[in-house]
Amino acid sequence: MNKRKLQITNYGVLAFALALLLAGLFAGSAFAQDNTPTDDEVNVIAKQLYCPVCENTPLDVCPTEACRQWRELIRSQLAEGMTEDQIKQYFVDNYGARVLAEPPRTGLNWLVYLLPPAIILLGAFFLFRSFREWTKPKVEATGVGGERGETSSLKKDDYVARLEEELKKRK
Amino acid sequence: MFAEFGYGVLLVSLIVAIYSGLAAVYGAMNKSAALVESARRAMLLTFPLISVAAAALIYLLINDHYEVAFVYEVTSRSMPTYLKVTAWWGGQAGSLVFWSWLLAVFTSAVTLRKWDRDIEFLPWVILVSAITLTFFLGMTVFFENPFTRFWLVNGNVEPSMFAPANATVFTPQDGQGLNPLLRHPGMVIHPPMLYLGFVSYVIPYAFAMAALITGRTDDRWIRITRRWSLWAWLFLSFGLVLGGRWAYDVLGWGGYWGWDPVEIAAFMPWLTGTAFLHSVMIQEKRGLLKQWNMILIILTYALVIFGTFLTRSGVLSSVHAFANSPIGPFFMGFVSLTFIVSVALVIWRWPQLQAETEMKSMLSREALFLLNNLLFMSILVVCFWGVIFPLISELFTGQKVTVGPPFYERATSPLFAALLFLMAVAPLSAWGHSTVQTLGKAIWKSAIAALAVTVALFFTYTQNIGALIGFFLIVLIVLVTFHEFWRGARARQKTQGENFFTALARLMGRNRRRYGGYIIHISMALMAIGILGIEIFQKQTQGTLAAGEKLEIAGYTVEYRELASWDNQGEGVNYTRAVVNVYEDGIYLGQLTPRIDYYYDSQQNMTIPGNRSTLRDDLYILLVDWQPVSSIGATFKIYVNPLVNWLWIGSLLFLVGVIFAAWPDNDPSEEHARRNITRDNRQPSAAD
Repeated sequence: MNKRKLQITNYGVLAFALALLLAGLFAGSAFAQDNTPTDDEVNVIAKQLYCPVCENTPLDVCPTEACRQWRELIRSQLAEGMTEDQIKQYFVDNYGARVLAEPPRTGLNWLVYLLPPAIILLGAFFLFRSFREWTKPKVEATGVGGERGETSSLKKDDYVARLEEELKKRK
Repeated sequence: MFAEFGYGVLLVSLIVAIYSGLAAVYGAMNKSAALVESARRAMLLTFPLISVAAAALIYLLINDHYEVAFVYEVTSRSMPTYLKVTAWWGGQAGSLVFWSWLLAVFTSAVTLRKWDRDIEFLPWVILVSAITLTFFLGMTVFFENPFTRFWLVNGNVEPSMFAPANATVFTPQDGQGLNPLLRHPGMVIHPPMLYLGFVSYVIPYAFAMAALITGRTDDRWIRITRRWSLWAWLFLSFGLVLGGRWAYDVLGWGGYWGWDPVEIAAFMPWLTGTAFLHSVMIQEKRGLLKQWNMILIILTYALVIFGTFLTRSGVLSSVHAFANSPIGPFFMGFVSLTFIVSVALVIWRWPQLQAETEMKSMLSREALFLLNNLLFMSILVVCFWGVIFPLISELFTGQKVTVGPPFYERATSPLFAALLFLMAVAPLSAWGHSTVQTLGKAIWKSAIAALAVTVALFFTYTQNIGALIGFFLIVLIVLVTFHEFWRGARARQKTQGENFFTALARLMGRNRRRYGGYIIHISMALMAIGILGIEIFQKQTQGTLAAGEKLEIAGYTVEYRELASWDNQGEGVNYTRAVVNVYEDGIYLGQLTPRIDYYYDSQQNMTIPGNRSTLRDDLYILLVDWQPVSSIGATFKIYVNPLVNWLWIGSLLFLVGVIFAAWPDNDPSEEHARRNITRDNRQPSAAD
């Protein structure tokens, strides 16, 4: 793993050096300036990737040296003209799906997207059914229940009357 | 010597906790008041015992006893004394002792209350607390012992509690020091707050179990623990907010919440706790949802233990780390066992937990509270599954995946929006019965005003649909809630002949829970402003500047002036500080000094942003990198975080609201009167 990482990093540095060299050849021309990706352009992609070695740290904010080099790798890949998707794919191929902020939508991973809505819908369904059951008129089971269940309305006068009554009780 | 002493006391505490639980059960079964009293006193004894063990640990921490492995891991000579004390909860073993100590504090406090008619709960409350305490003490005594020392055996250093044969104590020169990120004041207070919240939820859970076991499944257990739940909720909420503030101040990624599994671990019990807080009111007012409230408090307890487990077992980094960690499987076993037993108890008592009355209307207050519960549970499902899925994936396919912010944001934002909507509508609905007409009549003025504000925002501030919906709901909540204050105070003003402010003060004083709740709703709306601001409108840029060069972002200009780097020998820190000038539309606003602190002992960085904070936005500048020799200068990352200050303002107001609602009443007769009202006739009440 370490060896592979090292190779990739070397490749990145090499590519970056190459890019710099190319840029140097065209120094002064507008062409070179336009082609050196800015930090912001790099971060747009880095933000969507997770550091392959630290836990739960997006690549754009990860402070480690390894991540700094990976950001430079992105920069050189951008300079080579690779698209956002190609760069992301490159990272997935080399470090696995964990570098993506979300699991790719394949195989078992579908569960992560489908299960929560399914459970929520199920919960909503049960709640709705219980409502239906509760709101169906039926005979009172207990004496207290009748008192408790007394209906109120939100008419303003009614509200004031109840408030007054309670205030009297509490005084 | 202090190490052996501390360990011995921990061991005794464990034995006392076990005795307490056994005596309580045996006493309850055989109706022996003397045994139950003995159990109670044993439980009381755990507090001074664990305090002494903790004092021994703190003594070792303060006095640089690096032969103790825990002291070596979390402190160093250069740390100030107060940080050496707070290092107590800065590492695994110490934090488990801290957990146990807090639990002993709370359990002692609860056993000291006046038990008259509730005395039959006592042994079972002691039992549940004792089981929990035994578990945590057992973890520290057998697996994560903070008193373990280093021993030199045949030239090798080994950690062990007791001296191996032919061994001498090995004392390193200096400790590794606390992770610098944990030295921030926010981090010093954040874990104790979270733990306070976690641990105090054990008490309502213990009462719930006591109610199930004794068969007294009316709402007595809820009434007794109402304040506990509120304080628990306060600590947990405030712990979460402090964590966010800490992240914003030192983690250096321009935000306060990253949907990190560790954050979510603390957020999940908050979700069920908040649902519980609302749904117990339905049981108190209407005698409904008894089964559901039991399930909620059981879930909260399970998630509290599960949250501690998630953050402590290493399971989040890898399933395999979990298997290798000594405490992981035990935690999992404990969570599963308590959960299964609790649910079995609920099923056993299911018939006694039937509702005493039924729902009348889908728009009644209780129905809307149920919707609120559905939403909280939905967010919980998303969070739980998001945290668990990577483990499942690794376990079954060997593939590691990340479930990050995009997943959570997409899934939870409509749910949060729906919660905001409920917060605006539910206070207007009545217990028992409401219709579209009554609700509409109560809300239309506020809704039109909120719409007017939203239209104004559309033309002046943003055309983002999500943001506009959010702002509409926020304004609606604030207006509706203020209108409720106004309406109640006016009504009282008329009947009592008081002036408006006296009427308002007395109205709020007479019904703390309701009006405290309203203050909390307003605070949530303010916090939502901050969250919308940073989620939708955050801007960022990054660039490497030579001295005198500038970066522009959102109307601000940041000009790099100079950079200095120096050592603070006494504290073992190297500071690198950049100075930048900040302009807005050409007008000079002042200087900011983002910096990086490098701690020699732990060899870690802390990134402190330079932040200019106003009600409109934060200009948040991070020093990312610098070139000490060349003239290229320094790399800065600059964020503009609109409205984020409202998040912190909202949190302060939140604190006020919860304390207002939870503060003990000093007039016992009033409390008595309220109990009578609610218990005797349970009239749907206007003021509750």
